[in-house]
Amino acid sequence: MSADVRLCHLYPDEMNIYADRGNIAVFQRRLEWRGLRLEVRGVGPGETIDPSAYDLIYMGGGQDRDQAVVAHDLAGSKGDAIISAVEDGVALLAVCGGYQLTGHGYTGVDGSRMPGIGLFDADTIAGDTRLIGDVLINATLDGQTREVAGFENHAGRTELGAGATPLGAVLAGHGNSGVSGGEGCTRLRAIGTYLHGPLLPRNPWLADHILGWALEHRTGSATELKALDDTMEIAAHAVAVGRAHGDRRERLMGRRG
Amino acid sequence: MNIVASGSAAIARAAGRASRAMGRGGGTSVPGVVLLRINPRAVDTIADRLGGGSILVSATNGKTTTTRMLGGALRADGAEVITNAAGANLLSGVAAALVGARPARPDTACGLFECDEAALPAVMARVHPRAIVLMNLFRDQLDRHGELEAIAERWQAMLLAPGALPRLVLAADDPAIAALGDGRECLWFGLDDPAVATGALPHAADSTRCRACGTPLTYDHVWFGHLGDWRCPACGSSRPPLDVAVIDAGLRGATGSDPLIRTPDGEVILHLTVPGLHNVLNAAAALAGALAMGIRADVAAAAISQVPAAFGRAEHLVVDGTDLVLLLAKNPAGANENVRTLLLDPGDHHILVALNDRIADGRDVSWIWDVDWEPLLPRVSSVTVTGERAHDLALRFRYGGLDPDHLHVIPDHRAALASAIAAVPPGGCLEVLPTYTAMHDIRADLVARGAASEFWVEG
Repeated sequence: MSADVRLCHLYPDEMNIYADRGNIAVFQRRLEWRGLRLEVRGVGPGETIDPSAYDLIYMGGGQDRDQAVVAHDLAGSKGDAIISAVEDGVALLAVCGGYQLTGHGYTGVDGSRMPGIGLFDADTIAGDTRLIGDVLINATLDGQTREVAGFENHAGRTELGAGATPLGAVLAGHGNSGVSGGEGCTRLRAIGTYLHGPLLPRNPWLADHILGWALEHRTGSATELKALDDTMEIAAHAVAVGRAHGDRRERLMGRRG
Repeated sequence: MNIVASGSAAIARAAGRASRAMGRGGGTSVPGVVLLRINPRAVDTIADRLGGGSILVSATNGKTTTTRMLGGALRADGAEVITNAAGANLLSGVAAALVGARPARPDTACGLFECDEAALPAVMARVHPRAIVLMNLFRDQLDRHGELEAIAERWQAMLLAPGALPRLVLAADDPAIAALGDGRECLWFGLDDPAVATGALPHAADSTRCRACGTPLTYDHVWFGHLGDWRCPACGSSRPPLDVAVIDAGLRGATGSDPLIRTPDGEVILHLTVPGLHNVLNAAAALAGALAMGIRADVAAAAISQVPAAFGRAEHLVVDGTDLVLLLAKNPAGANENVRTLLLDPGDHHILVALNDRIADGRDVSWIWDVDWEPLLPRVSSVTVTGERAHDLALRFRYGGLDPDHLHVIPDHRAALASAIAAVPPGGCLEVLPTYTAMHDIRADLVARGAASEFWVEG
């Protein structure tokens, strides 16, 4: 049986620092629970990408050393293949370092430059502090707006170009730069974001939206996804929302002594 | 001790007593915080008085257990040991231990300090150790420390700082630790037992590129995490030859192990009551540390074998007639070793997993997804998840494929413990895997039920 969604997992060995496999597991199970099958193919350094072979591309975050290897590997035809896939309607989710490298690039504290592929009109420069903590955004996709909760941990400050669309508006936390009020970037069916935790288990709406895109690419027509029992996901989402709204301080103070 | 240092120490000790009297936990670091505030040089002064010198132990995982084992060896050799309480492993905790110490024979007493990875350079600068034992660097609490590369760089800088270099006792199996010994005189410890190799790097292994040239490393054997017999196919750098080598791990399931270890003094056999391969490696680290302090291998081996489990590290308790084992699981590497240790026991498993997200646990709970729980899931009869992030654990197990009938989500730790114990049939054992503060919460429940002793009494 051929797969219902074909996922290209970019750099599974290099870019996996924020539990990225949780996001992949969510794609896999949420299809499986609906009787659909996900095929995952890992693509590492030195391997090529056929832009017509996938419905969904995923790339996570890595440590600096690994990210430099990946930036070098993406330069040229591999980056072009990713852009061409997205322009043909393939869905893409890039988290943290993956988000930075799908923008124009990353300038480190020491001034060194890691080039990105330029899928997103976004550029990142390292700040001297890390932006860390729970984050809550109002994300808008295809005209629907929902709260998406996650955790962020990044030194990079990302600025979007004038025509670029953020994934959402920051309700709590830092987002792209800590000052712009925007978080992430979207273009066609591609999403770049700093949110991990991992992102998808406690944001099932977002997972299903991306899977809807991938299925539409696969079948050529919009697919209605059957509703699932998301009681546990909703409970975990509520805890994450509470964290982002800053109940932490009270909670810790209340426990002392 | 000079008068100023002595006066500062007395004030600091009084602060510790006051803190305990007010019920602020064990008060274990308070005298250190006070001393560092009023007279930081006093730490150097007190440390330098220890005639036996000091030894430091640091790692992401295993430092508490290794420090206890090393303490056993130092005492067996006749030294009076000044050591910090488990968990009080920042400079303040070390300072508190030194302040509280009144060695009967300062000329032969020695210091033994477990150090937080980020705090190690500061401790080393003040304590001037004779030897340091560095065991592993795994990703852990990324939001607190920054990424592990940053720690590796700070340790490298620490060794380049002016002053006498201590004797380096290093884990050859960890490429990031091995790089610290490049061009330096070291005592290398590690595993050399292909029978316990796993065959492949686990998901999300760290430090798997050559430190010298960036090429992905190849492993002849992987022990756990990124630890193994590694080499670089490009530049030819490879795991250093072992001075202290576990040649037969001698795993005895969940009850312990009998490792055979080759040392420059000949072969010794240890009889550990703590289970799992990670504890075999902890014992090898402790043995190598003891050798670096001039202790005979046979004396150290016998002493290490006598050391009981550290607080919450494979600690066995009985609660209302039910056996319970506490296995601290604070990061993916540690949790993976715990899971692997549980799998050594062929029967059905009942587990309680507790996840908090306070500062000491790491606020980012994403690491639970990097733990390979899956091999355990077909063999569990009940999984109870608890703690402040119980719902995230529930999702981890749900998406890991656990049968939902076996999963119980009870955020309140007291209720969860009672329910999980009730689910264990007569003669069974509840295996508890908590994060750091969750372990304290659960242990407080166990103390209240009369099953465990309080933590600062234990030290």
